[in-house]
Amino acid sequence: MIEVENLTKQFGSKRAVDDLSFTVTKGEVLGFLGPNGAGKSTTMRMITGFFPPSSGDAKVCGISVIDQPRQAKTKIGYLPESAPLYHDMTVLGFLKFCASVRGISGNAKKDAVEKAIETCFLQSVAKQSIDTLSKGYRHRTCLAQSLLHDPEVLILDEPTDGLDPNQKHEVRQLIKRLGKDKAILFSTHILEEVEAACTRAVIVDRGRIVADGTPAELIKQSGTGSLTDLFRSVTTRDTEQPAA
Amino acid sequence: MSALTVYKRELSSYFAQPTAYAVIVIFLLLSMGLTFSFGQFMRIGDASLEWSFFFWHPWIYMLLAPAVGMKLWSDEQRTGTIELLGTLPLSTWSAILGKYLAAASVWLVALALTFPIVLTVNHLGNPDNGAILSGYIGSFLVCCTFLAITMLVSACTRDQVVCLIVSVAACVTMVLCGYDDFTRELGKIASPAIVEGVVSIGVWDHFRSLNRGLLRLQDAVWFASFIFVSLLGTSAILSSKRS
Ligand SMILES: Nc1ncnc2c1ncn2[C@@H]1O[C@H](COP(=O)(O)OP(=O)(O)O)[C@@H](O)[C@H]1O
Ligand SMILES: [Mg+2]
Repeated sequence: MIEVENLTKQFGSKRAVDDLSFTVTKGEVLGFLGPNGAGKSTTMRMITGFFPPSSGDAKVCGISVIDQPRQAKTKIGYLPESAPLYHDMTVLGFLKFCASVRGISGNAKKDAVEKAIETCFLQSVAKQSIDTLSKGYRHRTCLAQSLLHDPEVLILDEPTDGLDPNQKHEVRQLIKRLGKDKAILFSTHILEEVEAACTRAVIVDRGRIVADGTPAELIKQSGTGSLTDLFRSVTTRDTEQPAA
Repeated sequence: MSALTVYKRELSSYFAQPTAYAVIVIFLLLSMGLTFSFGQFMRIGDASLEWSFFFWHPWIYMLLAPAVGMKLWSDEQRTGTIELLGTLPLSTWSAILGKYLAAASVWLVALALTFPIVLTVNHLGNPDNGAILSGYIGSFLVCCTFLAITMLVSACTRDQVVCLIVSVAACVTMVLCGYDDFTRELGKIASPAIVEGVVSIGVWDHFRSLNRGLLRLQDAVWFASFIFVSLLGTSAILSSKRS
């Protein structure tokens, strides 16, 4: 359902994403791993139609984000990295706004908002101003926004970043549950999350895929039975000079 | 349709925060205060309101219109919500129009609240209400022009203060260019062609004729094209920022 074909993004002289190709099918939860600056967020921004790619294409449910961005965007639920929100709104107001922009109205809107609030455990703060929420709630409000239209494709950029262990657990369970009938791409640099929630994982480094497989395969590939070792051996650390 | 959704959100955001109220109150105090003091409203008996009332509007707008428009895109870029807008099925134009019309509506409210002065002149004398209406239209168009420029600047920066300073500078330039005293001084040192060029970017020429109750096509075209080009520029800047 997500098909990424030779996606490349050039920022000036810097190539953030370098000829990346992969697919995510329905029912699959793909973990997108990599050190900071590997190009994970940039890739996701291209798939969601925020950044135009320098070359290559991404298709969502067969719709190209370059040729038909509006239609492609209706299929995607997206949680940006920093979980941006309109701070002057209430949780309810914000979700209603997002639903309206997505063309959901009337009773359908009410139901969609209610369901998203329930899924993300936001009942207790629904009428509160986003300004006054703690970080975990803010994050979940933004996550709720991505679920409103029950999208076929979910793209989550570090969905567990900055949450406490309980919240992390809840979000992982949620991803696992939603992954049964959606295609999910989520980025993380927490390796345990891969085993906990993913059906498959790719490791990217400096814009390229350096490892790809199910968690079990990757662990086998590491030779030592630890994902951390594999991660450390295939990615460049920012403390070392990149090979010329 | 989605432009309307954005419009509603922006408008309620203006009135959920002190911005709109502060700007409206300051506008009312300044416009009324200047009218009754320097404008010598009572003495010259200017029932058309041209000199006593509308004359001050460009001077007030050049400082206050950017205060309303400065957050439009800069805030969006600072908090990252632009990424949300950019990934919702919403065209850049709907977002631009929705935001722009919301800011313009705040000013429409402010202008509407100056109605007591219209009642006053009608009570005191027998004014040409057509000219007053056309004066209001001119005043609103000047304000919309300044808002469009502010919006263009706000697309360039994520910092509201930078946006405010730059747009005030641009608006002040547009008010000074074409202001009689300024062009007279300029005429002493520059060639007539330069003066002509400077006057053409100033607002007074177009504003004055509307004040006198003249609805000229050239003024409508001037305002419309200034606003349109600014909005077009906003759209171009926003998309170029992503690539
Ligand atoms: N808007 C941008 N302009 C210039 N460089 C950028 C921009 N966004 C990201 N980059 C660069 O692209 C690289 C990849 O960034 P990113 O995709 O955010 O990495 P990750 O999400 O994997 O940590 C980084 O080196 C970053 O500095
Ligand atoms: Mg990132």
